[in-house]
Amino acid sequence: MKTNEVLLEIKGLHKRYDEIIALDDINLNINKGEVVVILGPSGCGKSTLLRCLNGLEKVHGGDIRYRGKSLVNNDVNWQEIRQHIGMVFQNYELFPHMTVIENIILGPAKVQKRDKSEVMEQAKQLLERVGLFDRKDSYPRQLSGGQRQRIAIVRALCMNPEIMLFDEVTAALDPEMVREVLDVILGLAKQGMTMVIVTHEMSFARAVADKIVFLDKGRICEISEPNEFFTNPKTERAQQFLNIFQY
Amino acid sequence: MGLNWQFITDSLPLYREAAWTTLKLGFWGILISLIIGLVCSIILYFRVKVLKTIVKVYIELSRNTPLLIQLFFLYFGLTKVGISLSENTCAIIGLSFLGGSYMAEAFRSGLEAVSKSQIESGLSIGLSKTQLVRYVVLPQAFSVAVPSIGANCIFLLKETSIVGAIAVVDLMNVTKDLIGMYYQTFEALFMLVAVYFIMILPLSLLLTWLERKVRYAEFGN
Ligand SMILES: Nc1ncnc2c1ncn2[C@@H]1O[C@H](COP(=O)(O)OP(=O)(O)OP(=O)(O)O)[C@@H](O)[C@H]1O
Ligand SMILES: [Mg+2]
Repeated sequence: MKTNEVLLEIKGLHKRYDEIIALDDINLNINKGEVVVILGPSGCGKSTLLRCLNGLEKVHGGDIRYRGKSLVNNDVNWQEIRQHIGMVFQNYELFPHMTVIENIILGPAKVQKRDKSEVMEQAKQLLERVGLFDRKDSYPRQLSGGQRQRIAIVRALCMNPEIMLFDEVTAALDPEMVREVLDVILGLAKQGMTMVIVTHEMSFARAVADKIVFLDKGRICEISEPNEFFTNPKTERAQQFLNIFQY
Repeated sequence: MGLNWQFITDSLPLYREAAWTTLKLGFWGILISLIIGLVCSIILYFRVKVLKTIVKVYIELSRNTPLLIQLFFLYFGLTKVGISLSENTCAIIGLSFLGGSYMAEAFRSGLEAVSKSQIESGLSIGLSKTQLVRYVVLPQAFSVAVPSIGANCIFLLKETSIVGAIAVVDLMNVTKDLIGMYYQTFEALFMLVAVYFIMILPLSLLLTWLERKVRYAEFGN
């Protein structure tokens, strides 16, 4: 599905929290239709990288370009950009005071000012796809973790984004619910959705990725094809990292 | 010892009228307090320059002076400088001045309870700052703040008993007058307590109901 059209271009990206350097000289291109999986030990900067791509963190150097447009100066219209770059969080972050359907249509109706009936139709289709249409009037607290996360994905998808960012979206789930969420993401990959995925699910990473980016201490250690990365990593750090997952 | 029922029946219309006055003062006092509190808490929440300082001074002033003194200042003090306000206006302004800071505190604690990750979640779907406040922050803050807002409403309604000091014909004043004229102290006070109770009980029940209805924020997302 990967094309040659570059959507996101990250060049020399630098980010710190006071003394801590969270991201150091990150260079990465993401093409339309490409699925990029970011791996690396805890604290290596995976979340920070995704948050920079969604304008949730201030960047201290380098550049991020979306379709050629820089996202690091002060007059970026993030309300506009975020409609094209959706994000799903580890802890779902649905709005607890709204029903499932209200959660989903808030963005399309208020931000994109789309026609209500058209949005409802799309929401219905998306909910049916994740098997949760019958829960559309439930409140988040009435759903399981896996169901909440699928709703959170639908909420982001209903904005018709061009790129989706997933930050460890199964990390808070019980093992038996991980599958139902990963299947949804796998389905998106088949459809050609451009995605940047942070995960600790190694076999999923291998199955879904076009390209694995291995981060360590805020730097990119290696970028490889999934099969190559998992069978024959280029760096020792990656090998050590993979060993943790071998029993 | 029996109650003087004749006296109670006779004074009933007086109490009814005074109760209306008290309710009216309470209603406007609470409503304006809520508005002042909401505006102040939003100014503090967004740390708006200059206004933030004014709000802080107001809150300290309001919380650290007795309502009685605030009322005297409004009613007698302002007359001195040529501004004369009616008793009822003074009473409402006094109550609002006092209540505004209590409500501001209640709203502020609610606003601070809204998590950073909920705000980021709202941002990530492209909400503007105003939309974020309206659809995400305020509803959640309100649900957290409802118990203290409720307590403040009852507090303010009770505080109306002080406004008699500036000659408003409220329940307290009627009671004092009746005692002065007829020496039916027990009956008069009994009526006073009964009327306040009758006014405040429904309010309490309403607030308890409201609290239960908006408790969603306590549950997970
Ligand atoms: N708000 C913050 N303030 C200070 N330091 C932070 C903050 N957020 C992250 N960091 C630091 O930045 C570095 C990168 O953090 P980040 O959350 O991106 O790691 P991660 O790869 O997502 O880790 P994990 O796998 O545990 O989620 C870490 O050293 C972390 O301690
Ligand atoms: Mg992380």
